[in-house]
Amino acid sequence: MTHLSLYQQLLDACAALLLLLSFAMLSQRRVVTLVNLYAVQGAVLAAATLLLAWRTGEGHLYLSAALTLALKVAFLPWLLHRLIRRLEVYWDTEPLLNVSGTMLAGLVIVVFAFALAQPITRLTSTATRSAIGIAVSVVLLAFLMMITRRKAMSQVVGFLSMENGVFFGAMSASYGMPMVVELGVALDVLVAVLVLGVFFFQIRERFESLDLHHLESLKEHE
Amino acid sequence: MELLLLLTLPIAGAAVLGLIGADRRAPEINALFSLGTLLAACALVVRVIRHGDLLLGEEQFFIDPFNVFLVALTAFVGLTTALFSRPYMRVELEHGRLSSGRLRLYHSMYQLFMFTMLLALTTNNMGLMWVAMEGATLSTVLLVTLYRTPGSLEAGWKYFILCGVGIAQALFGTILLYVAAEKVLGAQGMTALLWTHLDAVKAQLEPTVLTLAFVFLLIGYGTKVGLVPLHSWLPDAHAEGPTPISAVLSGLLLNVALYAVVRSKVLVEGSLHSELPSMMLMGFGLLSVVLASLLLWRQRDIKRLFAYSSIEHMGIATFAFGMGGPIANFAALLHMTVHSLTKSSIFFTAGHAAQKTGTQLMEHIRGLITLSPTVGWGLMLGSLAILGVPPFGVFTSEFLILTTAMRTQPWATPILLAALAVAFAAIFSKVQPMVFGETSGRRLPHPPALLPVFAHLAIVLLLGLYIPPYLADWYRAAAHLIGGP
Repeated sequence: MTHLSLYQQLLDACAALLLLLSFAMLSQRRVVTLVNLYAVQGAVLAAATLLLAWRTGEGHLYLSAALTLALKVAFLPWLLHRLIRRLEVYWDTEPLLNVSGTMLAGLVIVVFAFALAQPITRLTSTATRSAIGIAVSVVLLAFLMMITRRKAMSQVVGFLSMENGVFFGAMSASYGMPMVVELGVALDVLVAVLVLGVFFFQIRERFESLDLHHLESLKEHE
Repeated sequence: MELLLLLTLPIAGAAVLGLIGADRRAPEINALFSLGTLLAACALVVRVIRHGDLLLGEEQFFIDPFNVFLVALTAFVGLTTALFSRPYMRVELEHGRLSSGRLRLYHSMYQLFMFTMLLALTTNNMGLMWVAMEGATLSTVLLVTLYRTPGSLEAGWKYFILCGVGIAQALFGTILLYVAAEKVLGAQGMTALLWTHLDAVKAQLEPTVLTLAFVFLLIGYGTKVGLVPLHSWLPDAHAEGPTPISAVLSGLLLNVALYAVVRSKVLVEGSLHSELPSMMLMGFGLLSVVLASLLLWRQRDIKRLFAYSSIEHMGIATFAFGMGGPIANFAALLHMTVHSLTKSSIFFTAGHAAQKTGTQLMEHIRGLITLSPTVGWGLMLGSLAILGVPPFGVFTSEFLILTTAMRTQPWATPILLAALAVAFAAIFSKVQPMVFGETSGRRLPHPPALLPVFAHLAIVLLLGLYIPPYLADWYRAAAHLIGGP
């Protein structure tokens, strides 16, 4: 049995927390809590980035941690909360698959994700490579969440959580992407949420609801 | 310098058009900026012809024969679409389908969309390419929903979510690429995502990770190309958005996405030395051709019909890139060019037809030739061109693809031929009554200005009869670059 350093243990704890939070999101139907969970996930991500920055001494990781903190812990959750209040969407309806079914599907996905991450883990030499499987799991779990939810707001949180997973993957596999790319990605996420905000108001203005079953009329043969 | 202009003009255009807002001259200003972009693109082309490949801006931008012709094509269709949209959107405004505030959004986003596509084409950085591709989705989502009808909102939502999820997969693929490259190129700085550097060391990249990366990149960018089974956003977005947007989505965005796929394929193939990427492209391509041609029969909306035809043609080009080799690549590049020109001109005429008759349902569009001969002939000629009737350019490219398929992939030839025949029958049987059918409507007093349509069709005809030597050299150089078995 090898002994892991405290730092390593902390990082693994962060990774485990991320996975747990993904499962929590998967089972949560209250939209406000969903956004809070997303904020916590962002915070854990920022903590992991900070740890990694401190350990490797790479300057751009500090920047990226600050960016995560500002964007994913503060600004986006604030924006989403505001949207929820203005649009008055507090609850998601019963998901397409019930909670226990979703959880079981989630478990299968995690096993699959770790199998998928095997070759990547073998290639990389970073201290965090054990977390790659978790990153892939977070991405796929977010994907599952987007498939099973009906409300637009939950789908968006799923989308954002997916981006968190991708980001965590980049970090654990190669200590982050080049700064320009990371900035660009952050910009895109920001714009995406702003566009969505506008979009939600358009949807509600038209349907007086954010339930996506209104958006199922475009079928092949009417 | 040319590149700087090429990229800053659309941004400046977006800012100016956003600021001046509902000015009466906004459509002209939009066209003017597009003209400037086209001139910059031409200057860039001249420079590449004279001096060969260019690496600019600390290696962040890379221009080679493959992307320079797409840059020129993008800028050209960008200009003609801006010219077309000038009178078209004015009529939409008069019909009350839009407010002048939304027209401001439209013009500003149009320029921004041009910028993201040009950035995606010219950048050397696979990461920036991803950012630009996502930017292209974001700038067009609000354009698809411009009319705010229930249908357009649904189309916009589908477009956003499907392409958003797709593009997240592409980001994961890009990261995997970076991970593999970092091993070889070292983590210092940015070089590990620069395409030219990756291309230089592609033989040393870890094959398993690159396979995974390619799967993610293909799914991600393939969603944007509209490859079956990731295509379901495409017909909705094309049918529900304003016509100029359908034209640029179909004519330009799909090309840019396919460009991203092919760039990835070049890298992965160099690492793998196996048939896998080729097989995947051929498989997806063939599936798209077959399914789209079958679905063509069920369409009742004119813009949906041609959206499915876009899926079919993108499938053909993808299949050709999958076969690889100088002739198939050449044909695929030619096909991208002629499809882009033909399809945008078809959307122009289809838009006019729908505007004149007040419906997009094909059963209610009848006798265009009586209502307006220019629209009628434009639609007829455009449809014949896209169906691959000689002497139009689409015939040349499809002929080359089919003959190559007979030689290297004989099993696929009958499938392709059958699909093309089905598509021919489906489209022709629907277009014929629309153009020549009986109508009670009277001839329109003013013929619509359809100069862009006939300009596009003339170029397509020219490309079918005679490909200028410098253009052929270009295609050949690009085809060589893409390589393949």
